[in-house]
Amino acid sequence: MAIDKSMNVLIVDDYKTMLRIIRNLLKQIDFNNVEEASDGTEALSKLRGGNFGLVISDWNMAPMTGLQLLQEVRADNRLKALPFIMITAESKTENVVAAKAAGVSNYIVKPFNAETLKDKIEKVLAHA
Amino acid sequence: MLDFPEERGPSGIAALKQKLASIRKQQPGIDSGLVTEVVRAVLTTISDELTAKEASLLREVEELGRMIASAKSDIAALRVDDINDHDIPFATDELDAIVDHTAHATNAILESCEMLDEVSATVSGPSAAKLQAATTKIYEACSFQDITGQRITKVVTTLKTIEQKVAHIIDTFGPPVEMVRRTAQHVSSDAGLLNGPQLPAQAMDQSDIDKLLADF
Repeated sequence: MAIDKSMNVLIVDDYKTMLRIIRNLLKQIDFNNVEEASDGTEALSKLRGGNFGLVISDWNMAPMTGLQLLQEVRADNRLKALPFIMITAESKTENVVAAKAAGVSNYIVKPFNAETLKDKIEKVLAHA
Repeated sequence: MLDFPEERGPSGIAALKQKLASIRKQQPGIDSGLVTEVVRAVLTTISDELTAKEASLLREVEELGRMIASAKSDIAALRVDDINDHDIPFATDELDAIVDHTAHATNAILESCEMLDEVSATVSGPSAAKLQAATTKIYEACSFQDITGQRITKVVTTLKTIEQKVAHIIDTFGPPVEMVRRTAQHVSSDAGLLNGPQLPAQAMDQSDIDKLLADF
């Protein structure tokens, strides 16, 4: 199935540098419609007010973490099927298990490479 | 206020009896029988010998007191107040500076990388692919800043925990009994000059250095 790369992608991270890196990596694989949010609260507000095809979120943010954002997304009737990738330095088993239980579509551990990002996005969108 | 003798034991008891007689002489209206009874009761109590158990307990309490005094002295020698007043704030400031410097450097690298991406869009063929592969590698490598930032945040949190525990120790044992102040370090050797990079707020920039040199 062909992936619609014109979709809106929301990237969420409290590190501006990380947002910039992910945006540039997405641009290199032709995702040009990218919006940014610096925490879960801002992301949720953007998701509820917009039309996004994919969320790529960090975990460790305040006041709303990436996991809380994921739980809010899955509890929202309009957003619950939205593909959601977690990109985080949290690499403990319990983190991955908790994210999976909350309904994460895929999980990338930092530091990551462009190939991993591309691969996970393709897999997630193929099942969407 | 009544002036009571300070001696203890039999001589103290004799002195107390003498004092009582003196009071009786000064205050003839006083019920001497009642006073004698009260004083006798007090004297009997204080002249009672301590039991072996009580004596042992008293020795333990005295030993505990000596240990606390010794611990206070040890803590004072360690200059724990310096840890909270100087060492931990210094360490956290240095770590914050690391985060700022790496963020600044990373953003400069990313800016240059974005320019290269723009150039690669105007080039075709293998050169374009090579350029993009190179910029991709740079983007990937720049994520170190996020990881190091998170690690440093963990270290700062640990330092703050240590700071709280040290403050608790100081609160528990009271202020150090002897304050051993740091003596100013002499800068006569190379080691005394190795201060490392200064924090931005305290550092001289090149124009400051130039001005300083011009003064010689």
